[in-house]
Amino acid sequence: MQVDKIEIGTVVDHISAGRAAKVMKLLGIVENYPHRVAVMLNVPSKAMGTKDILKIEGKIVSAEAANLVALVSPKATINIIKGGKVQEKYPVQMPKEIEGPGRCPNPSCISSESGLRRFNGEKGKFRCHFCERMFKAEELV
Amino acid sequence: MDLISIRDLGKKEAEAILDSADRIVRGESKPDFQGKILATLFFEPSTRTKLSFQSAALRNRMGYLDFQPETSSLKKGESFSDTIKVVSGYADALVVRHPREGAARLAADLTDKPVINAGDGANQHPSQTLIDLFSIRRNKGRIGGLNVTLLGDLKYARAMRSLVYGLAMFGAKVTLVSPEGLGLDEEYLDEVKKAFDFKVEVRNEPEFSDADVLYVCRIQQERFADPYEAKRMTEKFMVRKSDLENTREDLIILHPLPKIGEIEPSIDGMKQAKYFEQAHFGIPVRQAVLGHVLG
Repeated sequence: MQVDKIEIGTVVDHISAGRAAKVMKLLGIVENYPHRVAVMLNVPSKAMGTKDILKIEGKIVSAEAANLVALVSPKATINIIKGGKVQEKYPVQMPKEIEGPGRCPNPSCISSESGLRRFNGEKGKFRCHFCERMFKAEELV
Repeated sequence: MDLISIRDLGKKEAEAILDSADRIVRGESKPDFQGKILATLFFEPSTRTKLSFQSAALRNRMGYLDFQPETSSLKKGESFSDTIKVVSGYADALVVRHPREGAARLAADLTDKPVINAGDGANQHPSQTLIDLFSIRRNKGRIGGLNVTLLGDLKYARAMRSLVYGLAMFGAKVTLVSPEGLGLDEEYLDEVKKAFDFKVEVRNEPEFSDADVLYVCRIQQERFADPYEAKRMTEKFMVRKSDLENTREDLIILHPLPKIGEIEPSIDGMKQAKYFEQAHFGIPVRQAVLGHVLG
């Protein structure tokens, strides 16, 4: 399987098999994204058995956005590509805090009205700053 | 300083509020916040909580502004956030009740003025918990080590999550009795167990012979898909005069009110019934809460 090199962009490697679509959504790679995106599913991996890989042209993923990937794929690695070469490589880290537009999974939470969500990491889970309910990382995607 | 969740209060802080309420009841303290204004913003109905906060404000020599959603700019589509920002410019402290969980926390994020949570959905009602703890302490002299049975709909009743946390914090032994499907969620119980050395038992049968305190809350009929099952459960969990024959001599019965058929009316006049006294304790405890947040 041949995939073209990219000059500038991000490669997200070691995505848990089957999670590439969720990672795309988290990184804002949606239907109107103007550049090329290669999605490789169920790629054989020595460490993981199988994995997914995303090759995103034209987008340098910030460390903050990259850490959101940990919510669905905690072993993923980020490769920042510039001039056709890997300039930076790092594993994603589970965020300690998540804040921004969105809603809490609890439909009774005030975030459903305000459109702003905020969670604090606590003992491997996330607590909604507003309604105080605890959620698993995956539930926040 | 805000009072949003009982989780924000440590035991020492909670005890300080209860002690302050005690001094008010004994006539040893008369809080004076003359010139300060309280805004009561209730986005859903309330009798006791709203009136007792307003009464507490007056007894603390404060004034109050009563926001009424049905005659406010909410009707023109003004958002909750904008309402809070505007009203916080008119008052020195805000009391907020809202059907959405987390509304009071959001309000506190939007203003520098103290915010008191007067109930946010099924989440927290910390001033009610302080009243409940105060009622137990006044009647029993302590909270730690007592057997407290909570009976009724523990899942949706507003005050239950706060109360369980408060009882655990003070070291009470708690028995939870509710119809199947209306129990407190296990994840929350696990959290409280991890936070404190919390002894809790869960039952589905209304049995409270070993209780020092019986705390009853309403079984909401609308929670049942089958009206017959709702009626059956309401009758099964109703506390009757005959149920009190095999209970401890000094049992006290509490209820956050309004009670609608879950306690036989003939119990109202018995020595065990402390729920009207509990409602009246709302004033000194909320006077103390206002003193706590206003410093």
